[in-house]
Amino acid sequence: MGTIVRETFGEPFSARKAYGQALVEMGEHFPNMVVLSADVSNSDHSFMFEAVYPERFFNVGIAEQALVDVAVGMAHSGKLPVANTFAFLFATRALEQVRTHCAYGEANVKLAGAYGGLSDSFDGPTHQSESDLAILRSLPNLAVVVPSDPVSIRKLLKKTLEWPGPVYFRLCRNEVIPVFHENNYDPEIGKGIVLMDGKDATIVCCGVLVARCIEAARQLARDGIFVRVVEMHTLKPVDEELTVRCARETGALVTVEEHTVIGGLGGAVAEVLAARHPVPLERVGVADRFAETGPYDALLDRYGMSRADITSAVRRALERKK
Amino acid sequence: MATTSNITVRPPRVYPRGTCHSPEMIADLSRAAWEFRIQVLRMIYNYKTGHLGGAFSIAEVLTALFFHHLRLDPERPDWPERDRLIFSKGHACAMLYPCRAYRGFFPPEELMTFRALDSRLQGHPERQKLPGIEVPAGPLGHGVAIGAGMAHAARMDGRRHRVYVVLGDGELNSGPIWEGALVAAKYQLDQLVAIVDYNGVQQTGTTTHVMPTEPITDKWRAFNWHVLDIHEHNMAEVLDALDQADEVHGRPTVIIGRGTKGKGVSFMEGDSYWHGAPPTPEQFAAALQELRKGAEQWER
Ligand SMILES: Cc1ncc(C[n+]2csc(CCOP(=O)(O)OP(=O)(O)O)c2C)c(N)n1
Ligand SMILES: [Mg+2]
Repeated sequence: MGTIVRETFGEPFSARKAYGQALVEMGEHFPNMVVLSADVSNSDHSFMFEAVYPERFFNVGIAEQALVDVAVGMAHSGKLPVANTFAFLFATRALEQVRTHCAYGEANVKLAGAYGGLSDSFDGPTHQSESDLAILRSLPNLAVVVPSDPVSIRKLLKKTLEWPGPVYFRLCRNEVIPVFHENNYDPEIGKGIVLMDGKDATIVCCGVLVARCIEAARQLARDGIFVRVVEMHTLKPVDEELTVRCARETGALVTVEEHTVIGGLGGAVAEVLAARHPVPLERVGVADRFAETGPYDALLDRYGMSRADITSAVRRALERKK
Repeated sequence: MATTSNITVRPPRVYPRGTCHSPEMIADLSRAAWEFRIQVLRMIYNYKTGHLGGAFSIAEVLTALFFHHLRLDPERPDWPERDRLIFSKGHACAMLYPCRAYRGFFPPEELMTFRALDSRLQGHPERQKLPGIEVPAGPLGHGVAIGAGMAHAARMDGRRHRVYVVLGDGELNSGPIWEGALVAAKYQLDQLVAIVDYNGVQQTGTTTHVMPTEPITDKWRAFNWHVLDIHEHNMAEVLDALDQADEVHGRPTVIIGRGTKGKGVSFMEGDSYWHGAPPTPEQFAAALQELRKGAEQWER
């Protein structure tokens, strides 16, 4: 078996196009799959599914609460619905529908949250989603999955559709860097993946920042610091065993996510460590504030998720380990 | 050709509410609405991001509000007696910003920073950054209920200022609009006026295709609102409707402003592609030419 991570990353590719292509592909695998969107199908790219399966696509208008409830009705009637709208709208406007019917009622609805994190960068803070993972991770029964590159989007979408219950599947709006070898990347929901091994500390990351984490780890290796990198694409159920093993074997953890440092991946890992194996933990992410309008990469850098933020978090974690 | 600098907008005069709607005033406001479209085109072209279609369609309404109907004091954006404007269809703020700037709330030089890092002109309006923005907007559906809250509070305090809410027609898909409409009617909030930019297009297609909302006047009437049905690109009709709404007692008023998304640029009109797409250099030049012609027809 070869490596999971490509030696040289691929050319940036649109994450939403990768998602749209994956939806179309899944349409063939899952004959009972239906796709819904709330007047944003050209944003979330579910229009690609609509083009191939018009009779299995529904545009409910600008009505996110109805979007979720219509999907719930379909799920309870033998369909496999994938509901699409902006990430922040699932986590806020339609949250009660998600909680009562997807989480509590266990309606098997897949919620595809477009424009996750700061990726709707120019639309600004109203449309960005700095808190969706924390909000949705707190709901019983709802799995939370954050794919990273185009291969990850495709493979995890399939796993999401096969998963027996509701899933929140968080996506990025923009071009992302292909980091994985198609044939060697084989994700399972609820299982973290060791992408690079190391003994000094572990970076636990998810989403588009996986690429930056690998780059940061490679840079640290040149300075003689060897970090393990784990892609924790499933925030819920989080891979407790792997987290504890990394704590035991490397003695310090750093979480990296495109989200507030409160309650998302950092929160999930902190809960596991506190309960089972306390070691120093540094959390990289948005520092409990709203961002602003601007270019995506500039926002990621300014709001605490630059490569330098990642490497210095690793160094801080190592200091605390001593 | 595709220059974005040297802003040439000539704002209209400010005609306080009550000024008689003379042909000169109507021409001045109409011309300014077209020039604001030019400003918006430049702003969106500058960083290749923003929402043209719904900004163009609301030009006359916002010009009428800011330069005639609203009681405002740019020196005192938090003046308690000011009329409130809730710009609920926040994505179209590229038209809100020039109106506020040229009305004196902030320097027009800032307009070209729209959507840049560090700009006060966020992609959707941010309350804390710009003087006079009453509430943030972007997520659709909030305006009517917030307006009802403001109108109710005004009445409790014995204040006579009025509350104007600007909505999109796609936005009417959203449940909270109708929840707010029930509240406003229940409490007979006649200081509240909603204006629907009834341009027939939302993000992914026509309203007929995405989510039919007809018969629209019957719906609002059934919710016990007073309904005015006008052409939103006809300045005289806009001005008259705003005056008429002032005379309604015991119920809130909705103005259905029938018009065209992308108004003023032939290849943008009625096409949902232009909801959120930026123009190419060629499209920019062609659009600029059409908008200049539009403005010229009102030169006197
Ligand atoms: C609650 C919510 N859902 C979806 C969106 C994405 N969105 C932004 S504008 C828009 C279409 C608005 O159409 P309309 O109200 O007709 O506005 P206009 O035609 O005046 O631009 C959509 C779906 C949003 N901003 N808020
Ligand atoms: Mg519209």
